[in-house]
Amino acid sequence: MDNTVIDAHNISKIYNKDNIPVYAVNNVHLHVEKGEFTALVGPSGSGKTTLLNLIGGLDLPDEGNITINGKDITQMSPSELIDFRLKNIGFVFQSFNLIPVLTAKENVEFIMQLQGIELKKREQRIYALFEQIGLSDKLDSRPSQLSGGQQQRVAVARALASKPKFILADEPTANLDTQSANNLLDIMYKLNQEEHMTFLFSTHDQRVIDRAKRVITLVDGRIVSDTAKQNLPA
Amino acid sequence: MWIVQLAWKNLWRNANRTMITMAAIFFAVLLSILMSSLKTGIFDNLIKDMVGYYSGYIQVHQAGYWEEQLLDNCFEENSEIQRKIRSHSQVREISPRLESFALASTGELSKGCLVLGINPVQEQSITHLSEKIVKGRYLSSNDLGILVSEGLLKRLKSYVGDTLVLFGQGYHGSTAAGKYPIQGVIQLGSPELNDKTIVMPLALTQDLYSATNMITSYVLSLQDTDDLMAIQSSLEKKLGKAYEVMTWQEMMPDIKQHIETDSANMKYVQAFLYLLISFGIFGTLLIMMAERRYELGMLVAIGMKKSKLSLLLLFESLFTVIVACILGILASIPVVYYLHKYPIRIYGEGAKAYERFGFEAVFPTSTDYHHFVNQGIAVLLIGLILSMYPVIKIIHLNPVDSMKK
Repeated sequence: MDNTVIDAHNISKIYNKDNIPVYAVNNVHLHVEKGEFTALVGPSGSGKTTLLNLIGGLDLPDEGNITINGKDITQMSPSELIDFRLKNIGFVFQSFNLIPVLTAKENVEFIMQLQGIELKKREQRIYALFEQIGLSDKLDSRPSQLSGGQQQRVAVARALASKPKFILADEPTANLDTQSANNLLDIMYKLNQEEHMTFLFSTHDQRVIDRAKRVITLVDGRIVSDTAKQNLPA
Repeated sequence: MWIVQLAWKNLWRNANRTMITMAAIFFAVLLSILMSSLKTGIFDNLIKDMVGYYSGYIQVHQAGYWEEQLLDNCFEENSEIQRKIRSHSQVREISPRLESFALASTGELSKGCLVLGINPVQEQSITHLSEKIVKGRYLSSNDLGILVSEGLLKRLKSYVGDTLVLFGQGYHGSTAAGKYPIQGVIQLGSPELNDKTIVMPLALTQDLYSATNMITSYVLSLQDTDDLMAIQSSLEKKLGKAYEVMTWQEMMPDIKQHIETDSANMKYVQAFLYLLISFGIFGTLLIMMAERRYELGMLVAIGMKKSKLSLLLLFESLFTVIVACILGILASIPVVYYLHKYPIRIYGEGAKAYERFGFEAVFPTSTDYHHFVNQGIAVLLIGLILSMYPVIKIIHLNPVDSMKK
């Protein structure tokens, strides 16, 4: 059985093509299988976020192709890509990005409403997700009433709500204190271990790098190392 | 349904901004309705003063009378003509008039005046002249007295019960002269008419001018005054070429022109007001789009279709405009009705300026519901058109660019 979730071939993203071309991502090959917990690391400007955007279908590569769960997303129209992202990819952003006028529950429910899931199923999934992220008592809190760490946990729940094939997280712990970052990592790690949810995140955070099962290092848009760890801390 | 709920909640994420936008639209709708109803109210009042109390909406004369308004161009009162006029479905009432000029004198004072010979009963159903009596009493057909307009009475320094001598030229060059007691005083809206009008029973006027059974015009009141041209045309066909049928616009082109000029000016002012509303709404939309740029990009990134996002923003704009429009309309109703009942009145030099043009310096509002509906719809349409801006921005939204910090 093919466990490939992400398969990127020779992808490049070039800016300033008309003058002096700048390769934000340069001829990258990336293969991610189900259940991976992979960190994308590298200095600022190394192309981490651009690579995540390409894999997430937010941007299209100038060269190469990307296959997600067997489907080539580089051949999809912008409208098809939006629909594909909704059904297949969960996003967690650095700055939480919850909708401020909705409660925590409504923020998570929102993604399922976009998918047209019926109320009863939505309710069941919301309670299960809030149980998993440990915020069952914060269902009716507005984002402004939650701490940064709690907001990011709700963002993870929102990303999971659509039952995606994998989650892309762009520096998820960058704005969190140590305790909150550890809590978030525990939740993500648990989801990975127990539900085999695939995570691919860009990060500078050593705490995240330490917990990753695989670390890919980017420099100047190229992968310079790709290391799978054997012994991980619990 | 959840999009509608989310749009409503989004409105209140920045309550101050929403309230400021709503206030701008609210006052614009209020002002717009007031201006529109004031414009119509002023013109209606002007038409009522000049047309309602004097000319009527349509008059029938002998052909050529209007070109040369002489007694010699009068015609004999004729039941056949009356029957033909009355047979028109739009004609409600007709009243014969004999109209000429005379010199009114009392003691050592004299002044040229307009003499209107009327059938007091029929005239009443057209111009409601008895409502204009401020002193004395209205006429009956057999009375030997006259009504004098307030301004003329002042100039002649006379009172009810005094006698005026009228002197002028009668029918076919005869001399017209007579003594008439002042039976009542009328106050006419038009300052020009108020300064020169004498109203007499028709038979008495015919006697003064030696024009037995002759009249200069039939004044018509109509069921519906919206399509005067059509009524005029069909009456012309009925009466033939011996008579001329004239609308008030033809008889008083200066008033028609004044209304048209003022209407055009008002349109510019209203267009300016709409422009202000547009800038108000557009400014808010610009700020809103700039503030929520990241969020909108994020929503597209996580899988919200652009059509749904556009719908969400469209609802937000529409809610703002609709709520403000409704409030503006509701607030304008008591103001418009108050100004209709207690019109704005200008006194002093300002009033004299208006009176010089023959208009009473009174500005009532019109309570026609069209003002409320039309202005509401106009602002709503502006809101709808401007709501296309966020929709267009969403269509071209690139989530990666939007989420760049």
